[in-house]
Amino acid sequence: MGGKLFRNFSFLSATLSFFLLVGIFAILFTYAQEAMHEFGFDFLFTEAWEADEDDEGGIFGGYVPIIGTLLSTLIAMAIAVPLAMGIAIFLTEIASDAIGKPVSIAIELLAAIPSIIYGMWGLFYFAPIVQSTVGGNGVGLLTAGIVLAIMIIPFMAAISRDAMNTTPLVLKESAYAMGATKFEVIKDVIMPYSKGGIIGSIILALGRALGETMAVAFLIGSVMSIPGSITDPTTSIPVLLANNFAEAQDLEMSSMYFLALILFVVSFIIISTAKFYFLGRKVKG
Amino acid sequence: MGKNNLVMDIKDFSFTYSGAEEPSLKKINLPVLENKITAMIGPSGCGKSTLLRAMNRIHDLYSGNKYEGLINLYKADGSKENILDLKKENDFIKLRQQVGMIFQKPTPFPMSIFDNVAYGLKLSGIKNRSELEGRVEKALQGAAIWKETKDRLKESALGLSGGQQQRLCIARAVALKPRVLLFDEPTSALDPISTGAIEELITELKEELSVVIVTHNMQQASRLSDYTAFMYLGDLAEYDKTDKIFLNPSKKLTEDYITGRFG
Repeated sequence: MGGKLFRNFSFLSATLSFFLLVGIFAILFTYAQEAMHEFGFDFLFTEAWEADEDDEGGIFGGYVPIIGTLLSTLIAMAIAVPLAMGIAIFLTEIASDAIGKPVSIAIELLAAIPSIIYGMWGLFYFAPIVQSTVGGNGVGLLTAGIVLAIMIIPFMAAISRDAMNTTPLVLKESAYAMGATKFEVIKDVIMPYSKGGIIGSIILALGRALGETMAVAFLIGSVMSIPGSITDPTTSIPVLLANNFAEAQDLEMSSMYFLALILFVVSFIIISTAKFYFLGRKVKG
Repeated sequence: MGKNNLVMDIKDFSFTYSGAEEPSLKKINLPVLENKITAMIGPSGCGKSTLLRAMNRIHDLYSGNKYEGLINLYKADGSKENILDLKKENDFIKLRQQVGMIFQKPTPFPMSIFDNVAYGLKLSGIKNRSELEGRVEKALQGAAIWKETKDRLKESALGLSGGQQQRLCIARAVALKPRVLLFDEPTSALDPISTGAIEELITELKEELSVVIVTHNMQQASRLSDYTAFMYLGDLAEYDKTDKIFLNPSKKLTEDYITGRFG
Protein backbone atom coordinates (compact mmCIF):
# COMPACT_ATOMS: atom_id res chain seq x y z
CA MET A 1 0.00 0.00 0.00
CA GLY A 2 2.68 2.48 1.12
CA GLY A 3 4.91 1.27 -1.68
CA LYS A 4 2.24 1.91 -4.29
CA LEU A 5 1.51 5.36 -2.92
CA PHE A 6 5.18 6.25 -2.96
CA ARG A 7 5.52 4.92 -6.47
CA ASN A 8 2.64 7.01 -7.71
CA PHE A 9 3.97 10.06 -5.94
CA SER A 10 7.44 9.71 -7.49
CA PHE A 11 5.90 9.04 -10.88
CA LEU A 12 3.80 12.18 -10.60
CA SER A 13 6.76 14.32 -9.52
CA ALA A 14 8.88 12.98 -12.34
CA THR A 15 6.28 13.55 -15.03
CA LEU A 16 5.39 16.96 -13.63
CA SER A 17 8.77 18.37 -14.65
CA PHE A 18 8.27 17.07 -18.15
CA PHE A 19 4.80 18.62 -18.42
CA LEU A 20 6.12 21.92 -17.06
CA LEU A 21 8.74 21.99 -19.78
CA VAL A 22 6.23 21.25 -22.53
CA GLY A 23 3.69 23.60 -20.94
CA ILE A 24 6.04 26.55 -20.81
CA PHE A 25 7.09 25.95 -24.39
CA ALA A 26 3.42 25.75 -25.46
CA ILE A 27 2.55 29.01 -23.67
CA LEU A 28 5.51 30.86 -25.20
CA PHE A 29 4.65 29.46 -28.60
CA THR A 30 0.96 30.40 -28.32
CA TYR A 31 1.52 33.93 -27.11
CA ALA A 32 4.23 34.46 -29.72
CA GLN A 33 1.80 33.55 -32.54
CA GLU A 34 0.68 37.12 -33.25
CA ALA A 35 4.25 38.37 -33.67
CA MET A 36 5.26 35.30 -35.64
CA HIS A 37 2.41 35.89 -38.11
CA GLU A 38 3.10 39.60 -38.31
CA PHE A 39 6.89 39.51 -38.73
CA GLY A 40 7.89 35.95 -39.53
CA PHE A 41 11.62 35.35 -39.96
CA ASP A 42 12.19 39.06 -40.54
CA PHE A 43 11.80 39.42 -36.78
CA LEU A 44 15.33 38.10 -36.38
CA PHE A 45 16.78 40.82 -38.62
CA THR A 46 14.70 43.88 -37.73
CA GLU A 47 16.48 46.50 -35.67
CA ALA A 48 13.48 48.60 -34.72
CA TRP A 49 11.48 48.21 -31.52
CA GLU A 50 8.83 50.94 -31.82
CA ALA A 51 5.25 50.95 -30.65
CA ASP A 52 2.70 53.13 -32.51
CA GLU A 53 1.25 56.20 -30.82
CA ASP A 54 -1.96 54.42 -29.90
CA ASP A 55 -0.08 51.40 -28.54
CA GLU A 56 -2.09 49.18 -30.88
CA GLY A 57 0.77 47.98 -33.07
CA GLY A 58 4.20 48.96 -34.26
CA ILE A 59 7.39 47.44 -35.60
CA PHE A 60 9.25 45.07 -33.34
CA GLY A 61 12.41 43.20 -34.19
CA GLY A 62 14.73 40.98 -32.19
CA TYR A 63 17.96 41.88 -33.99
CA VAL A 64 19.45 44.21 -31.37
CA PRO A 65 18.77 42.12 -28.24
CA ILE A 66 19.82 38.93 -30.02
CA ILE A 67 23.11 40.49 -31.14
CA GLY A 68 23.57 42.05 -27.70
CA THR A 69 23.01 38.72 -26.00
CA LEU A 70 25.40 36.90 -28.32
CA LEU A 71 28.14 39.54 -28.10
CA SER A 72 28.03 39.95 -24.31
CA THR A 73 28.07 36.17 -23.92
CA LEU A 74 30.95 35.86 -26.39
CA ILE A 75 33.02 38.42 -24.48
CA ALA A 76 32.22 36.68 -21.20
CA MET A 77 33.20 33.26 -22.55
CA ALA A 78 36.39 34.54 -24.18
CA ILE A 79 37.52 35.86 -20.80
CA ALA A 80 36.09 33.15 -18.57
CA VAL A 81 37.17 29.93 -20.31
CA PRO A 82 40.95 30.43 -20.13
CA LEU A 83 40.81 31.86 -16.61
CA ALA A 84 38.54 29.11 -15.30
CA MET A 85 40.78 26.43 -16.85
CA GLY A 86 43.79 28.09 -15.26
CA ILE A 87 42.10 28.08 -11.86
CA ALA A 88 41.02 24.45 -12.19
CA ILE A 89 44.50 23.32 -13.24
CA PHE A 90 46.08 25.33 -10.44
CA LEU A 91 43.76 23.81 -7.86
CA THR A 92 44.15 20.20 -9.01
CA GLU A 93 47.79 20.03 -10.01
CA ILE A 94 49.82 22.94 -8.74
CA ALA A 95 48.53 24.33 -5.47
CA SER A 96 49.54 22.79 -2.17
CA ASP A 97 46.70 21.96 0.21
CA ALA A 98 47.47 25.03 2.30
CA ILE A 99 46.68 27.30 -0.66
CA GLY A 100 44.34 25.06 -2.63
CA LYS A 101 41.75 24.49 0.11
CA PRO A 102 41.03 28.17 0.91
CA VAL A 103 41.00 29.08 -2.79
CA SER A 104 38.60 26.21 -3.47
CA ILE A 105 36.25 27.43 -0.75
CA ALA A 106 36.46 31.01 -1.99
CA ILE A 107 35.57 29.84 -5.51
CA GLU A 108 32.52 27.98 -4.24
CA LEU A 109 31.40 31.00 -2.20
CA LEU A 110 31.83 33.29 -5.21
CA ALA A 111 29.57 31.00 -7.18
CA ALA A 112 26.88 31.48 -4.54
CA ILE A 113 26.71 35.30 -4.68
CA PRO A 114 23.33 36.48 -6.05
CA SER A 115 23.63 38.12 -9.43
CA ILE A 116 22.14 41.44 -8.30
CA ILE A 117 25.18 41.94 -6.08
CA TYR A 118 27.46 41.45 -9.08
CA GLY A 119 25.25 43.96 -10.92
CA MET A 120 25.51 46.60 -8.21
CA TRP A 121 29.22 46.08 -7.74
CA GLY A 122 29.65 46.24 -11.51
CA LEU A 123 27.69 49.46 -11.87
CA PHE A 124 29.07 51.44 -8.95
CA TYR A 125 32.60 50.17 -8.79
CA PHE A 126 33.62 48.41 -11.96
CA ALA A 127 31.92 50.50 -14.67
CA PRO A 128 33.88 53.65 -13.73
CA ILE A 129 37.10 51.67 -13.96
CA VAL A 130 36.20 50.51 -17.47
CA GLN A 131 35.26 54.07 -18.36
CA SER A 132 38.58 55.50 -17.22
CA THR A 133 40.77 52.76 -18.70
CA VAL A 134 39.08 51.67 -21.94
CA GLY A 135 36.72 54.58 -22.62
CA GLY A 136 33.01 54.79 -23.38
CA ASN A 137 30.59 55.85 -20.72
CA GLY A 138 31.04 52.95 -18.32
CA VAL A 139 27.99 50.86 -18.97
CA GLY A 140 28.00 48.89 -22.19
CA LEU A 141 28.86 45.63 -23.87
CA LEU A 142 32.38 45.31 -22.46
CA THR A 143 31.42 46.01 -18.84
CA ALA A 144 28.52 43.57 -19.05
CA GLY A 145 30.74 40.94 -20.68
CA ILE A 146 33.50 41.24 -18.07
CA VAL A 147 31.12 41.10 -15.11
CA LEU A 148 29.33 38.16 -16.71
CA ALA A 149 32.71 36.47 -17.01
CA ILE A 150 33.43 37.11 -13.33
CA MET A 151 30.05 35.58 -12.51
CA ILE A 152 30.52 32.37 -14.46
CA ILE A 153 34.22 31.77 -13.74
CA PRO A 154 33.71 30.28 -10.24
CA PHE A 155 31.03 27.94 -11.50
CA MET A 156 33.06 26.81 -14.50
CA ALA A 157 36.26 26.46 -12.47
CA ALA A 158 34.55 24.40 -9.76
CA ILE A 159 33.04 21.90 -12.20
CA SER A 160 36.23 21.64 -14.26
CA ARG A 161 38.22 21.12 -11.07
CA ASP A 162 35.93 18.26 -10.06
CA ALA A 163 36.25 16.75 -13.53
CA MET A 164 40.07 17.00 -13.47
CA ASN A 165 40.12 15.49 -9.99
CA THR A 166 38.57 12.31 -11.37
CA THR A 167 41.75 11.57 -13.36
CA PRO A 168 43.12 8.43 -11.67
CA LEU A 169 46.33 9.05 -9.76
CA VAL A 170 47.97 6.01 -11.33
CA LEU A 171 47.31 7.39 -14.82
CA LYS A 172 49.11 10.62 -13.96
CA GLU A 173 51.92 8.67 -12.30
CA SER A 174 52.38 6.50 -15.35
CA ALA A 175 52.75 9.60 -17.52
CA TYR A 176 55.35 10.97 -15.10
CA ALA A 177 57.01 7.54 -15.17
CA MET A 178 57.39 7.95 -18.95
CA GLY A 179 59.37 11.12 -18.36
CA ALA A 180 56.57 13.64 -18.80
CA THR A 181 56.76 17.08 -17.24
CA LYS A 182 53.91 18.50 -15.19
CA PHE A 183 52.77 20.57 -18.17
CA GLU A 184 52.80 17.52 -20.44
CA VAL A 185 50.81 15.48 -17.93
CA ILE A 186 48.19 18.24 -17.75
CA LYS A 187 48.02 18.64 -21.52
CA ASP A 188 48.18 14.99 -22.60
CA VAL A 189 46.52 13.10 -19.76
CA ILE A 190 44.40 15.27 -17.48
CA MET A 191 42.77 17.47 -20.12
CA PRO A 192 41.82 14.62 -22.49
CA TYR A 193 40.66 12.47 -19.60
CA SER A 194 38.38 15.14 -18.16
CA LYS A 195 37.32 16.57 -21.52
CA GLY A 196 33.67 15.61 -21.04
CA GLY A 197 33.35 17.41 -17.73
CA ILE A 198 35.26 20.45 -18.93
CA ILE A 199 33.09 20.86 -22.03
CA GLY A 200 30.02 20.30 -19.88
CA SER A 201 31.08 23.07 -17.50
CA ILE A 202 31.67 25.44 -20.40
CA ILE A 203 28.29 24.75 -21.92
CA LEU A 204 26.43 25.11 -18.62
CA ALA A 205 28.21 28.41 -18.00
CA LEU A 206 27.29 29.48 -21.53
CA GLY A 207 23.64 28.76 -20.76
CA ARG A 208 23.86 30.83 -17.62
CA ALA A 209 25.54 33.74 -19.40
CA LEU A 210 22.87 33.76 -22.12
CA GLY A 211 20.03 33.92 -19.63
CA GLU A 212 21.53 36.23 -17.02
CA THR A 213 19.17 39.15 -16.44
CA MET A 214 19.82 41.14 -13.30
CA ALA A 215 23.54 41.86 -13.52
CA VAL A 216 23.35 42.55 -17.25
CA ALA A 217 20.35 44.85 -16.80
CA PHE A 218 22.53 47.05 -14.57
CA LEU A 219 25.49 47.06 -16.89
CA ILE A 220 24.63 46.75 -20.55
CA GLY A 221 23.01 50.17 -20.87
CA SER A 222 19.58 48.99 -22.09
CA VAL A 223 19.77 50.97 -25.32
CA MET A 224 17.99 49.67 -28.42
CA SER A 225 20.89 50.06 -30.82
CA ILE A 226 23.56 47.93 -32.41
CA PRO A 227 26.86 48.66 -30.66
CA GLY A 228 29.43 50.38 -32.90
CA SER A 229 32.30 49.62 -30.58
CA ILE A 230 32.95 47.23 -27.73
CA THR A 231 32.23 49.84 -25.06
CA ASP A 232 28.90 50.98 -26.56
CA PRO A 233 25.70 50.32 -24.67
CA THR A 234 23.14 47.94 -26.17
CA THR A 235 20.60 45.49 -24.76
CA SER A 236 20.05 41.76 -24.44
CA ILE A 237 17.00 39.50 -24.62
CA PRO A 238 16.47 39.02 -20.88
CA VAL A 239 17.14 42.68 -20.17
CA LEU A 240 14.68 43.88 -22.80
CA LEU A 241 12.03 41.52 -21.48
CA ALA A 242 12.54 42.62 -17.88
CA ASN A 243 12.49 46.33 -18.75
CA ASN A 244 9.47 46.33 -21.07
CA PHE A 245 7.19 43.76 -19.58
CA ALA A 246 5.26 46.13 -17.33
CA GLU A 247 4.03 48.45 -20.11
CA ALA A 248 3.85 46.26 -23.19
CA GLN A 249 0.53 45.34 -24.81
CA ASP A 250 -0.77 43.29 -27.70
CA LEU A 251 1.74 43.04 -30.54
CA GLU A 252 4.67 44.24 -28.42
CA MET A 253 3.80 41.70 -25.75
CA SER A 254 3.58 38.98 -28.38
CA SER A 255 6.93 40.05 -29.80
CA MET A 256 8.44 39.70 -26.36
CA TYR A 257 7.05 36.20 -26.10
CA PHE A 258 8.67 35.54 -29.46
CA LEU A 259 12.01 36.74 -28.07
CA ALA A 260 11.53 34.61 -24.96
CA LEU A 261 10.81 31.62 -27.18
CA ILE A 262 14.06 32.19 -29.08
CA LEU A 263 16.03 32.37 -25.82
CA PHE A 264 14.22 29.30 -24.51
CA VAL A 265 15.06 27.24 -27.59
CA VAL A 266 18.70 28.35 -27.66
CA SER A 267 19.19 27.63 -23.94
CA PHE A 268 17.38 24.32 -24.29
CA ILE A 269 19.70 23.24 -27.08
CA ILE A 270 22.74 24.30 -25.07
CA ILE A 271 21.72 22.49 -21.90
CA SER A 272 20.78 19.36 -23.84
CA THR A 273 24.21 19.37 -25.44
CA ALA A 274 25.81 19.66 -21.99
CA LYS A 275 23.66 16.82 -20.76
CA PHE A 276 24.72 14.74 -23.72
CA TYR A 277 28.37 15.32 -22.88
CA PHE A 278 27.91 14.47 -19.20
CA LEU A 279 26.06 11.29 -20.12
CA GLY A 280 28.66 10.39 -22.72
CA ARG A 281 31.29 10.64 -20.03
CA LYS A 282 29.41 8.35 -17.67
CA VAL A 283 29.01 5.67 -20.30
CA LYS A 284 32.72 5.74 -21.09
CA GLY A 285 33.99 5.80 -17.52
CA MET B 1 75.60 -11.85 -20.27
CA GLY B 2 76.66 -14.62 -17.96
CA LYS B 3 78.37 -12.21 -15.66
CA ASN B 4 76.52 -10.79 -12.71
CA ASN B 5 76.82 -7.09 -13.41
CA LEU B 6 75.08 -4.61 -11.17
CA VAL B 7 72.58 -2.28 -12.79
CA MET B 8 71.29 -0.75 -9.60
CA ASP B 9 72.62 -0.93 -6.10
CA ILE B 10 70.66 0.09 -3.04
CA LYS B 11 72.79 0.83 -0.01
CA ASP B 12 71.67 1.58 3.56
CA PHE B 13 68.54 3.06 2.11
CA SER B 14 65.92 4.46 4.49
CA PHE B 15 62.71 6.14 3.49
CA THR B 16 60.23 8.14 5.56
CA TYR B 17 56.89 9.28 4.18
CA SER B 18 55.90 12.92 4.59
CA GLY B 19 54.47 13.44 8.06
CA ALA B 20 55.37 9.97 9.32
CA GLU B 21 57.39 9.52 12.51
CA GLU B 22 58.87 6.13 11.70
CA PRO B 23 60.71 5.29 8.48
CA SER B 24 58.82 2.89 6.19
CA LEU B 25 62.09 1.41 4.99
CA LYS B 26 65.05 0.85 7.29
CA LYS B 27 68.62 0.54 6.00
CA ILE B 28 67.84 -1.57 2.96
CA ASN B 29 70.73 -3.15 1.05
CA LEU B 30 69.71 -4.73 -2.23
CA PRO B 31 71.63 -5.31 -5.47
CA VAL B 32 69.79 -5.38 -8.81
CA LEU B 33 71.61 -7.49 -11.36
CA GLU B 34 71.73 -6.81 -15.06
CA ASN B 35 69.50 -8.92 -17.32
CA LYS B 36 68.01 -10.70 -14.32
CA ILE B 37 64.57 -10.65 -12.78
CA THR B 38 64.54 -9.64 -9.15
CA ALA B 39 61.29 -10.27 -7.27
CA MET B 40 60.26 -8.48 -4.11
CA ILE B 41 57.83 -10.39 -1.92
CA GLY B 42 56.39 -9.84 1.54
CA PRO B 43 53.13 -9.17 3.34
CA SER B 44 51.12 -6.00 2.66
CA GLY B 45 52.70 -2.94 4.19
CA CYS B 46 56.19 -4.43 4.27
CA GLY B 47 57.52 -1.62 2.09
CA LYS B 48 58.16 -3.44 -1.18
CA SER B 49 56.14 -1.00 -3.30
CA THR B 50 57.65 1.91 -1.39
CA LEU B 51 61.10 0.67 -2.30
CA LEU B 52 60.12 0.12 -5.92
CA ARG B 53 58.71 3.65 -6.16
CA ALA B 54 61.97 5.06 -4.81
CA MET B 55 63.90 3.48 -7.65
CA ASN B 56 62.50 5.90 -10.25
CA ARG B 57 61.86 8.69 -7.71
CA ILE B 58 58.14 8.64 -8.46
CA HIS B 59 57.73 9.41 -4.75
CA ASP B 60 58.91 12.90 -5.58
CA LEU B 61 55.56 13.79 -7.13
CA TYR B 62 54.50 14.30 -3.53
CA SER B 63 56.58 16.57 -1.37
CA GLY B 64 57.98 16.03 2.09
CA ASN B 65 59.32 12.47 1.84
CA LYS B 66 62.77 11.84 3.30
CA TYR B 67 65.53 9.68 1.81
CA GLU B 68 68.75 8.42 3.39
CA GLY B 69 71.51 6.22 2.05
CA LEU B 70 72.07 5.85 -1.66
CA ILE B 71 70.74 4.15 -4.76
CA ASN B 72 73.30 3.86 -7.53
CA LEU B 73 72.29 3.46 -11.13
CA TYR B 74 75.00 2.03 -13.38
CA LYS B 75 75.05 3.41 -16.92
CA ALA B 76 75.84 1.43 -20.04
CA ASP B 77 79.34 2.92 -20.08
CA GLY B 78 80.05 1.66 -16.57
CA SER B 79 79.76 4.99 -14.81
CA LYS B 80 77.34 5.29 -11.92
CA GLU B 81 75.23 7.97 -10.33
CA ASN B 82 73.39 8.15 -7.04
CA ILE B 83 69.79 8.80 -8.06
CA LEU B 84 69.00 10.21 -4.63
CA ASP B 85 71.18 13.20 -5.53
CA LEU B 86 68.87 14.23 -8.38
CA LYS B 87 67.05 17.50 -7.79
CA LYS B 88 65.84 18.99 -11.08
CA GLU B 89 62.75 17.99 -13.04
CA ASN B 90 64.98 17.39 -16.05
CA ASP B 91 67.11 14.89 -14.15
CA PHE B 92 64.01 13.03 -12.99
CA ILE B 93 62.83 12.82 -16.58
CA LYS B 94 66.16 11.33 -17.67
CA LEU B 95 66.07 8.88 -14.78
CA ARG B 96 62.52 7.78 -15.58
CA GLN B 97 63.45 7.21 -19.20
CA GLN B 98 66.12 4.78 -18.01
CA VAL B 99 64.08 3.24 -15.20
CA GLY B 100 60.55 2.60 -16.47
CA MET B 101 57.55 1.53 -14.44
CA ILE B 102 54.47 -0.65 -14.95
CA PHE B 103 51.60 -0.25 -12.52
CA GLN B 104 49.04 -2.54 -10.88
CA LYS B 105 46.25 -1.52 -13.18
CA PRO B 106 46.77 -1.03 -16.90
CA THR B 107 47.05 2.72 -17.51
CA PRO B 108 46.55 3.41 -21.21
CA PHE B 109 46.38 7.13 -21.92
CA PRO B 110 43.17 8.44 -23.49
CA MET B 111 44.65 8.42 -27.01
CA SER B 112 45.23 5.97 -29.86
CA ILE B 113 47.28 2.79 -29.56
CA PHE B 114 50.02 4.29 -31.74
CA ASP B 115 50.12 7.54 -29.78
CA ASN B 116 50.32 5.65 -26.49
CA VAL B 117 53.48 3.87 -27.55
CA ALA B 118 54.90 6.91 -29.33
CA TYR B 119 54.18 9.13 -26.32
CA GLY B 120 57.40 8.57 -24.40
CA LEU B 121 59.42 8.72 -27.63
CA LYS B 122 57.91 12.06 -28.55
CA LEU B 123 58.60 13.35 -25.04
CA SER B 124 62.22 12.32 -25.42
CA GLY B 125 62.42 14.49 -28.53
CA ILE B 126 61.98 12.06 -31.42
CA LYS B 127 59.92 13.83 -34.10
CA ASN B 128 60.81 11.96 -37.28
CA ARG B 129 57.67 10.11 -38.39
CA SER B 130 59.35 7.07 -39.90
CA GLU B 131 61.63 6.61 -36.91
CA LEU B 132 58.59 6.84 -34.62
CA GLU B 133 56.73 4.28 -36.70
CA GLY B 134 59.68 1.90 -36.67
CA ARG B 135 60.18 2.12 -32.92
CA VAL B 136 56.47 1.80 -32.17
CA GLU B 137 56.27 -1.35 -34.28
CA LYS B 138 59.36 -2.79 -32.65
CA ALA B 139 58.05 -2.02 -29.16
CA LEU B 140 54.66 -3.57 -29.91
CA GLN B 141 56.39 -6.67 -31.26
CA GLY B 142 58.62 -6.72 -28.21
CA ALA B 143 55.56 -6.67 -25.99
CA ALA B 144 53.91 -9.46 -28.03
CA ILE B 145 50.94 -7.34 -28.96
CA TRP B 146 51.81 -6.34 -32.55
CA LYS B 147 49.61 -8.97 -34.22
CA GLU B 148 46.54 -7.88 -32.29
CA THR B 149 47.06 -4.18 -32.84
CA LYS B 150 48.72 -3.66 -36.21
CA ASP B 151 45.40 -3.11 -38.01
CA ARG B 152 43.97 -0.79 -35.36
CA LEU B 153 46.86 1.47 -34.41
CA LYS B 154 44.70 4.55 -34.86
CA GLU B 155 41.91 3.29 -32.60
CA SER B 156 41.64 4.33 -28.96
CA ALA B 157 43.73 2.25 -26.59
CA LEU B 158 40.78 2.22 -24.19
CA GLY B 159 39.06 -0.33 -26.48
CA LEU B 160 41.64 -3.04 -25.74
CA SER B 161 41.06 -5.76 -23.15
CA GLY B 162 42.73 -5.49 -19.74
CA GLY B 163 45.53 -7.89 -20.63
CA GLN B 164 46.15 -6.17 -23.95
CA GLN B 165 46.19 -2.79 -22.21
CA GLN B 166 48.83 -4.01 -19.79
CA ARG B 167 50.97 -5.32 -22.65
CA LEU B 168 50.49 -1.97 -24.39
CA CYS B 169 51.78 -0.24 -21.26
CA ILE B 170 54.79 -2.55 -21.30
CA ALA B 171 55.35 -1.75 -24.99
CA ARG B 172 55.09 1.93 -24.13
CA ALA B 173 57.80 1.56 -21.49
CA VAL B 174 60.00 -0.74 -23.62
CA ALA B 175 59.90 1.74 -26.51
CA LEU B 176 62.14 4.05 -24.51
CA LYS B 177 64.77 1.28 -24.22
CA PRO B 178 65.09 1.60 -20.44
CA ARG B 179 67.90 -0.15 -18.56
CA VAL B 180 65.55 -1.24 -15.80
CA LEU B 181 61.80 -1.88 -15.80
CA LEU B 182 59.95 -1.81 -12.47
CA PHE B 183 56.73 -3.83 -12.22
CA ASP B 184 54.36 -3.06 -9.35
CA GLU B 185 52.10 -6.14 -9.14
CA PRO B 186 51.50 -5.99 -12.90
CA THR B 187 49.06 -8.91 -13.05
CA SER B 188 46.96 -8.37 -9.93
CA ALA B 189 44.08 -6.94 -11.99
CA LEU B 190 44.26 -9.57 -14.76
CA ASP B 191 42.74 -12.99 -15.47
CA PRO B 192 44.96 -16.11 -15.47
CA ILE B 193 45.40 -16.23 -19.25
CA SER B 194 46.46 -12.58 -19.51
CA THR B 195 48.69 -13.14 -16.49
CA GLY B 196 50.40 -16.00 -18.29
CA ALA B 197 51.00 -13.82 -21.35
CA ILE B 198 52.49 -11.03 -19.21
CA GLU B 199 54.75 -13.44 -17.34
CA GLU B 200 56.03 -14.90 -20.59
CA LEU B 201 56.67 -11.40 -21.83
CA ILE B 202 58.59 -10.42 -18.70
CA THR B 203 60.79 -13.50 -19.09
CA GLU B 204 61.58 -12.49 -22.67
CA LEU B 205 62.27 -8.91 -21.66
CA LYS B 206 65.25 -9.82 -19.52
CA GLU B 207 67.27 -10.40 -22.66
CA GLU B 208 67.11 -6.66 -23.23
CA LEU B 209 66.85 -5.15 -19.80
CA SER B 210 66.72 -5.77 -16.08
CA VAL B 211 63.47 -6.35 -14.24
CA VAL B 212 62.37 -5.69 -10.67
CA ILE B 213 58.93 -7.02 -9.88
CA VAL B 214 56.80 -6.60 -6.77
CA THR B 215 54.29 -9.40 -6.40
CA HIS B 216 51.86 -10.84 -3.88
CA ASN B 217 51.79 -14.07 -5.78
CA MET B 218 54.45 -16.44 -4.47
CA GLN B 219 54.14 -18.81 -7.44
CA GLN B 220 54.71 -15.89 -9.74
CA ALA B 221 57.89 -14.94 -7.91
CA SER B 222 59.21 -18.49 -8.02
CA ARG B 223 58.26 -19.01 -11.67
CA LEU B 224 59.66 -15.75 -12.96
CA SER B 225 62.53 -14.49 -10.95
CA ASP B 226 66.23 -15.23 -10.70
CA TYR B 227 66.63 -13.48 -7.37
CA THR B 228 64.12 -12.87 -4.62
CA ALA B 229 64.07 -10.33 -1.84
CA PHE B 230 61.78 -11.04 1.08
CA MET B 231 60.76 -7.92 2.94
CA TYR B 232 59.12 -7.68 6.31
CA LEU B 233 58.04 -4.57 8.27
CA GLY B 234 60.33 -2.22 6.38
CA ASP B 235 63.37 -4.50 6.59
CA LEU B 236 64.94 -6.62 3.92
CA ALA B 237 64.64 -9.93 5.75
CA GLU B 238 66.39 -12.11 3.21
CA TYR B 239 67.80 -11.82 -0.31
CA ASP B 240 69.16 -14.70 -2.35
CA LYS B 241 68.76 -16.72 -5.51
CA THR B 242 65.10 -17.56 -5.98
CA ASP B 243 65.70 -21.32 -5.76
CA LYS B 244 67.47 -20.89 -2.47
CA ILE B 245 64.74 -18.67 -1.00
CA PHE B 246 61.95 -21.02 -1.97
CA LEU B 247 63.63 -24.37 -1.34
CA ASN B 248 66.01 -23.70 1.48
CA PRO B 249 65.59 -20.27 3.08
CA SER B 250 68.09 -19.45 5.76
CA LYS B 251 65.63 -17.64 8.00
CA LYS B 252 62.65 -19.08 9.83
CA LEU B 253 60.61 -15.95 9.01
CA THR B 254 61.10 -16.41 5.27
CA GLU B 255 60.15 -20.06 5.49
CA ASP B 256 56.99 -19.24 7.46
CA TYR B 257 55.98 -16.67 4.86
CA ILE B 258 56.56 -18.73 1.74
CA THR B 259 54.85 -21.75 3.24
CA GLY B 260 51.84 -19.57 3.96
CA ARG B 261 51.98 -19.64 7.74
CA PHE B 262 51.35 -15.89 7.78
CA GLY B 263 50.92 -13.10 5.27
